[in-house]
Amino acid sequence: MTDATTSSLPSATPVSGKGSLMQQDSRTRKRNAAETRFKAYGITAITIGMLMLLVLVYNIVSRGTGAFQQTFVTLEVALPAEKLDKNGTRNLDDIKKVSTFGYAPLLRDAFEAKIAEKNIETELSGKEMAGILSAGAAAQLRDFVLADPTVIGSTVAFEFLASSRVDGYLKSRVSRDSIANDKNISAEQLDFVDQLIASGDVEKRFNLAFITGADSSDARPEAAGMGVSMMGSFFMMLVVLVLALPIGVAASIYLEEFAPKNWLTDVIEVNISNLAAVPSIVFGILGLAVFINYMHLPTSAPLVGGLVLTLMTLPTIIISTRASLKAVPPSIRDAALGVGASKMQSVFHHVLPLAAPGILTGTIIGLAQALGETAPLLLIGMVGFIASNPPDSIASGLLDPNSAMPAQIYEWAKRADPAFYERAWGGIIILLLFLVTMNTIAVILRRRFERRW
Amino acid sequence: MNDMRILERDVDTNTIKIAARGVQVYYGDNHAIKDVDVDIQDKTVTAFIGPSGCGKSTFLRCLNRMNDTIDICRVEGDIHIDGEDIYDKRVDPVQLRAKVGMVFQKPNPFPKSIYDNVAYGPRIHGLAKNKAELDEIVENALRRAAIWNEVKDRLNAPGTGLSGGQQQRLCIARAVATEPEVLLMDEPCSALDPIATAQVEELIDELRQNYSVVIVTHSMQQAARVSQKTAFFHLGNLVEYGETGNIFTNPEDPRTESYITGRIG
Repeated sequence: MTDATTSSLPSATPVSGKGSLMQQDSRTRKRNAAETRFKAYGITAITIGMLMLLVLVYNIVSRGTGAFQQTFVTLEVALPAEKLDKNGTRNLDDIKKVSTFGYAPLLRDAFEAKIAEKNIETELSGKEMAGILSAGAAAQLRDFVLADPTVIGSTVAFEFLASSRVDGYLKSRVSRDSIANDKNISAEQLDFVDQLIASGDVEKRFNLAFITGADSSDARPEAAGMGVSMMGSFFMMLVVLVLALPIGVAASIYLEEFAPKNWLTDVIEVNISNLAAVPSIVFGILGLAVFINYMHLPTSAPLVGGLVLTLMTLPTIIISTRASLKAVPPSIRDAALGVGASKMQSVFHHVLPLAAPGILTGTIIGLAQALGETAPLLLIGMVGFIASNPPDSIASGLLDPNSAMPAQIYEWAKRADPAFYERAWGGIIILLLFLVTMNTIAVILRRRFERRW
Repeated sequence: MNDMRILERDVDTNTIKIAARGVQVYYGDNHAIKDVDVDIQDKTVTAFIGPSGCGKSTFLRCLNRMNDTIDICRVEGDIHIDGEDIYDKRVDPVQLRAKVGMVFQKPNPFPKSIYDNVAYGPRIHGLAKNKAELDEIVENALRRAAIWNEVKDRLNAPGTGLSGGQQQRLCIARAVATEPEVLLMDEPCSALDPIATAQVEELIDELRQNYSVVIVTHSMQQAARVSQKTAFFHLGNLVEYGETGNIFTNPEDPRTESYITGRIG
């Protein structure tokens, strides 16, 4: 095949005009140095960004995880008939006459019984011992009895929430020094808590009520939960999805595929882009003026919040939908028209299915944006202490006063008690989990269905 | 020329499928087609040749009103198919396109199964009463496009998974499935390799049995191989139109001669 002479490489020839390839000339060196510097800038920027993210996540997690745990006190409470149902008829109306004050002595008695049983020595009175419980403990007891009056006369084991100070003591937020001027708890009570921890009657556990429960008043931070505001956010997102998706997609299809290109559509296009940049609080004012003052929809209702957020999300959805419609190659439209499909058939049979992943991605990102929005809710009364019960129907979910997750977080963050502060961080974790989940779904959809043609 | 005479000639020869008179096309201010007169015969392959930008594709797209989709495009003059003015107000372009099928430069199957690609046209035009009839239409179309043997075992596979040449034949099958009377082909082989090109050319020759085929091509060899009639376009003018043999061996216009001998274009 090859000659022996040609199989060896020719020896290096003397340097010609361009110089040897083995040496970099000064221009090449400069260019390479510039490239290296540019890469270094990029890596630095990314590193700084990642560090910031790490600090943020560390902060949120380290401060917020506490909210998911709560201190519970196990207590066997005797429910004597002579105190709760004096007539002995088990008539619910009679039992209801006993207020929560009537139940408080039962808790004191239960503590007296507890220290006798566990041989705990303490100087505290029954009332002081009961002070380690949440202010809502008596109400919890009463609700339990009213739900099932047959328990009267028996002794039932309860798990009461400990007061926020005791909870803080177990979470190292409260110490004997920090309570020096605190009227709500004393060092002796903390000693008593230590004794109960040793006997296994006080412990810190996962607290589902934080995720499912309702907000609570300033005096009972230990009972506050995100659940109801989560429902509020859910109903708002429902309104946004039901309104913004069809309106946004229909508007973009019309603008992109059917509308003539003239100055009017240009004006509309510019205005849509402008609307996307309008501060959200402006939408809040609009919502207040139109939906509440003019249309007289109920204040603080997720329906109104959803309407306002729909206005805010529409430009996002329209812009992303138009972008994904534009990304469908014109050859597909030609092909459909070429076999005699009408414009509408070509759009609905071919273009829209191809654009669907992009539309969904845009919608999910728009929803995620709306989910985290607080400012417009301020103006329609969804930010504030709104202690609702979980809605029992779709109508009440839409129309009853409610809050939303970010509004709830804001509300907790501005309260004085550090126990609420912890719950604000916990709420941020829940909110972020929702956002991360939604964005992940958007990314998966995009990856999954990207470019099928 | 006036309209009466065109109609008379249509009746006289009875083989003219498409008659165009004084066709002008403007893209905004750009005068893309200048006063084109042409008669396209039935059951014949007519090739449009010419350098890039000479307006041959534009003229082709006038024949099924695909230019309607371009906002700035304006068409003047008369184009008659079977003696009917296709730019008449009463004509619905969608109905026209069912009658005048089109195959595009780049193979553009729908991102659906092979079967659905071919069945789409018949479905929207209601050509099949039931599944069995639709199956038959699809099979016939695929057979006529000479691709049946290659895809009969994978009709549910996506059309986009085929090779370039197969995709283009699938697009031809899709176009013939709606039973058009005229088939417009806009550089159907420009994205294909020589083997696929040969297959498509062979197919075009067979399609001549049933359709009037109009093909735009950059390749003069291809025009010489597949067409009976050739039209040479230059800078928006129809320079010369006649028997393919005459155009290539004995062109009348010096511009035609320059183009086919490779001096311009």
